[in-house]
Amino acid sequence: MSAVPIASPHAHGGAGVSRIMAKVMLALAPATLYGFWLYGWPAIYLWIVTVLAALLGEATCLRLADQPARPVLLDGSALLTGWLLALSLPPWAPWWLGAVGGLFATIVAKQVFGGLGQNLFNPAMVARVALLISFPVPMTAWVAPLPLTAAGAPGLFDGLLVTLGSATQLDAVSSASLLGHAKAELSRGVDLLHSLGGHPLSLAGYRPGSLGETAGLLIAAGGIAMIVMGVISWHIPAAMLAGIALPAAIGHAVDPARYLDATTHIFSGGALLGAFFIATDYVTSPNTRAGQLLFGLGCGLLTYVIRTWGGYPEGVAFAVLLMNALAPAIDRLLKPRIYGRNRKGAPLPS
Amino acid sequence: MKLFQVFKDGLWSQNVVFAQMLALCPTMAVTTSGTNGLGMGLATTAVLVMANVLVALIRDFVSRQVRIPIFVVLIATLVTLVDMALNAWLHDLYKVLGLFIALIVVNCAILGRAEAFASKSPVLASALDGLGMGLGFTLALVLIGLVRELLGGGTLFAQASLLLGSGFAFLETTVIPNYGGVLLMILPPGGFLVLGLLLALKRVTDARLATRAAVPTVAAQGA
Repeated sequence: MSAVPIASPHAHGGAGVSRIMAKVMLALAPATLYGFWLYGWPAIYLWIVTVLAALLGEATCLRLADQPARPVLLDGSALLTGWLLALSLPPWAPWWLGAVGGLFATIVAKQVFGGLGQNLFNPAMVARVALLISFPVPMTAWVAPLPLTAAGAPGLFDGLLVTLGSATQLDAVSSASLLGHAKAELSRGVDLLHSLGGHPLSLAGYRPGSLGETAGLLIAAGGIAMIVMGVISWHIPAAMLAGIALPAAIGHAVDPARYLDATTHIFSGGALLGAFFIATDYVTSPNTRAGQLLFGLGCGLLTYVIRTWGGYPEGVAFAVLLMNALAPAIDRLLKPRIYGRNRKGAPLPS
Repeated sequence: MKLFQVFKDGLWSQNVVFAQMLALCPTMAVTTSGTNGLGMGLATTAVLVMANVLVALIRDFVSRQVRIPIFVVLIATLVTLVDMALNAWLHDLYKVLGLFIALIVVNCAILGRAEAFASKSPVLASALDGLGMGLGFTLALVLIGLVRELLGGGTLFAQASLLLGSGFAFLETTVIPNYGGVLLMILPPGGFLVLGLLLALKRVTDARLATRAAVPTVAAQGA
């Protein structure tokens, strides 16, 4: 870094974009590897395609803007965007879904706004929502886990065929995710006490879903590791999870046949991934601690509202994007007091 | 020559959508296909030319204080005529464009041209200005509509025969058969995305043209 201060009293902690990104990726790696094992080669190919597309989009835009592409590509932010997007896709999705999503994330949601630090919305979530609205069928084609080591799992080559969308026979059992199943059954008039009998919540993540939602415990462990390392503060994750869990607990206590319980809400869908890795994005979240609490709470409450009463079974991406739009307003509303001045900006009496 | 310049400005350098950023409401609403864009553009062009000619004709008799109400009444009358004519002769297209035809009356580009150009210019120049602006608007709508239609449905000029008669059925092309379609492009966000990207493209093109035009002059000065 060229900005190392020479004169005292400054000391540089060594933090930089690339180092923070590396720590985030490190925290994300266990859950990702577990997801790879759970869903086999198609998931690995999809991850590679999505990340490469995100990098390609970034490089293309930088070249069009006559900027050197290498330093920006090496800071890891585009890689992380593609990675997070891949974690939110159905693991056996066709390759073009990851490719379109990756390009959309870095070109439309990031570079159009001016690159890292300028984007109003989280690029990975913009791409996910764009994909969900554009391609509702492949974006909700969840498959049951088929671990890499299990008999009948697609191998190195068969997995490639799945990702390329030309597999002659599908060995996977397609199935609804838990939230989708609950919503579909509720709309048919089957209450939760009956409909969830065949869909136990597996904390080990052995159930249909995206890479980033099944390994809930590993995602949470990675998130806590990031808090310990000082990459993120606890405010947004805690507030967001509370924002989901509190109304869920109240609703479940009132009518268990209509409302899912808090544990299911927390461990389903993108709640944990969203709370620890997506809502905490520095660029698109408020700067003050109070603002972060408000932001996280809003993300959580909106997620619960969309999941419970909205048209889509999962709402983390929408909730985060809506709160992203409010982040600048929250920053204006909850400005820190200037040192030596009161809240109105007048000097303090000496 | 100057008259031709008036016409040319409307097509490109003063384009209603791509340069003045006016009339974005109909632009977003009807450009879900090339055909819709073309129909809306032509209807607006008809209103623009007639409104400009009428305003230019009466500009000497209308006092400044009441000019805006007079213009509005004129434009509203013309729009009603176009609305009824479309309903009578192109009923299928009317069913698609429906509400937006009536909304031509609040298209800011029309009152804008009446106020900014026709109320200060002779009849012929005003007519040409209306024609240029209208065709430029049509060009923009068709371009946006075609891009959105291609990405969203894989076709070009679908249902063009409804607008232009069965003789133009050859325009209807299916570019990508068995195409699932990017639903987002047909929805409102697609309109904003495509407009933004086309605007960027126009600016890049203009900048390229400007540098290309500037290079020989500089060389000539140096010599």
